[in-house]
Amino acid sequence: MKSLLQRKVVRALIVVWTLTVLLFLYMPMMAVVMASFTKQRYFRFPVNAWDTRWYEKAFESLSVRDLFWTSFSVALLVTILSVVLAFFGALAFARYDWKGRKMYQRIILLPIFFPQAVLGLALLLWFSSLGITTSWHTAVFAHMIWILPIVTLIMSIQVYSFDPVWEEAAYDLGASRLQVLREITLPILSPGIISGAVFAFLLSWGNFPLSLFTTGADQTIPEWLYSKMVSGYTPMVPTLGSLTMGGAAGFLLIAFLIVLAVRRLRAGKPD
Amino acid sequence: MKSFSDWIRQPGLLNAVPVGLFLLVGFAGPLVLVLLYSFMPPKTFTLNQVPTLENYLSVVTQSYYISFGWSLMLAVITVALLLVITYPIAYGMTKLFNRWATLITILVALPLLISENIRLFGWVLLLLKNGVIDGSLQYLLGVSLSGLLYTVPAVVLGLVYVYLPFMLFPLVIGMSMVPDSLKEAASDLGASRLQIFWEVELPLSMPGILIGSLLVFILSLGSLAESKILGGQVIVMIADDIESAFTFAQNWPKGSVLSVLLITLSLVIIFFLFRNIDLDRLVGRR
Repeated sequence: MKSLLQRKVVRALIVVWTLTVLLFLYMPMMAVVMASFTKQRYFRFPVNAWDTRWYEKAFESLSVRDLFWTSFSVALLVTILSVVLAFFGALAFARYDWKGRKMYQRIILLPIFFPQAVLGLALLLWFSSLGITTSWHTAVFAHMIWILPIVTLIMSIQVYSFDPVWEEAAYDLGASRLQVLREITLPILSPGIISGAVFAFLLSWGNFPLSLFTTGADQTIPEWLYSKMVSGYTPMVPTLGSLTMGGAAGFLLIAFLIVLAVRRLRAGKPD
Repeated sequence: MKSFSDWIRQPGLLNAVPVGLFLLVGFAGPLVLVLLYSFMPPKTFTLNQVPTLENYLSVVTQSYYISFGWSLMLAVITVALLLVITYPIAYGMTKLFNRWATLITILVALPLLISENIRLFGWVLLLLKNGVIDGSLQYLLGVSLSGLLYTVPAVVLGLVYVYLPFMLFPLVIGMSMVPDSLKEAASDLGASRLQIFWEVELPLSMPGILIGSLLVFILSLGSLAESKILGGQVIVMIADDIESAFTFAQNWPKGSVLSVLLITLSLVIIFFLFRNIDLDRLVGRR
């Protein structure tokens, strides 16, 4: 009897602890959103006056628009290029058994766990030694060193569950290579491709350490936020921070809805 | 493998070529360059000088051991704290929460998609003088706790906060590999709860614990934003020193030496990590 009570107490404690840690994870983000709606120039708590004027200013500002487009262009290009390259990378990772695969899998993982700030500086050195002027184009390249392996890994999870028998059956029925790719391989792997793309976009959108050293005269939103946090604080910091978080959340929601719609469409279509 | 021409025609290898080439140019290339620069005379910007060990000697004799020491110490503290913080949650996720575990996984993973800058800035707002914590205490109790920000504990808090998922997820995977039947068997044989924990659960979930710890360790070791945003000037971590050598001091060879040291340390840990994981099993759950 005593041990049953004990077990219940332990259980309750673990639940409370988990909820506390979840709160801990989200508290800072809530604080940023709260600060973005305050009226004062400098944040004080408790907040005594609310206002949306920093948002109005952000939407009017041309420099904010530039920041947005730079971040967006980088993230979009990183997404497209990473997904295309990672598609083949994932097939090599999980679909085929080949001599050298174990080695390849490990090499793929290396950049993910590599200190990003050091990678960014090494790339800066690399670009200037090759005589390449850094701009947001070089940042696309830099982001991909880190994001391409992650996307490859995510797509591989899907590839592992892919049964090559489907491809073989299609070949036997006389399908061409391109037809098999379009009708069999891509549709079956599409969930992996979509989640890979979502991760690629959001990780690039929020990346700071790689952008810091590789964007040259251009600036992404996380870089701008950092420069204002370290010196020259403006109340636009929480506002732009909230807008980037909102953007990420919106993107995630849209991606989720698309996946849902595609799934429903497919379920309704008789094969 | 019969011959080179057979090896090169494997479909898997052909598919690996795009990613492989990309990483060769974008990852291996820069690292080799950093290694080469570390042997160049101080403050030079070309590679055609006579190689020298001067930078290595100067780094060893100068006070860089301080920033290395801070980084190592904070990484160890972060790992220890995260083990204690995430172990009960991982236990709950594998044994108690059932359906809810998926939701918790998503909730823990989501913040990873938000720039760490913004999340750390949230902590600035919480810890600031007259910020959320200080302000609430003043309002409710009349006491002020204004010296929270720009301290070493604030940096540790930032590291723990940012790298929590990297400890939790490996722990969950590790723990889900411990079969319940083993614990029941131990219990039937008269083992106490503590004994079961020490002799069954802990050793069997060790791979997860090891992977999580090593991951968090290398990530914290090379971190930059946490000490800059939450620490202010209170400590200098190694990534900070590397950055200033490359940027303000314009001393590429010195920055390269420091990078080489940090990279070597990280690589040793990563290779140790690789010896302990089977990717096909971990990713594919085969």
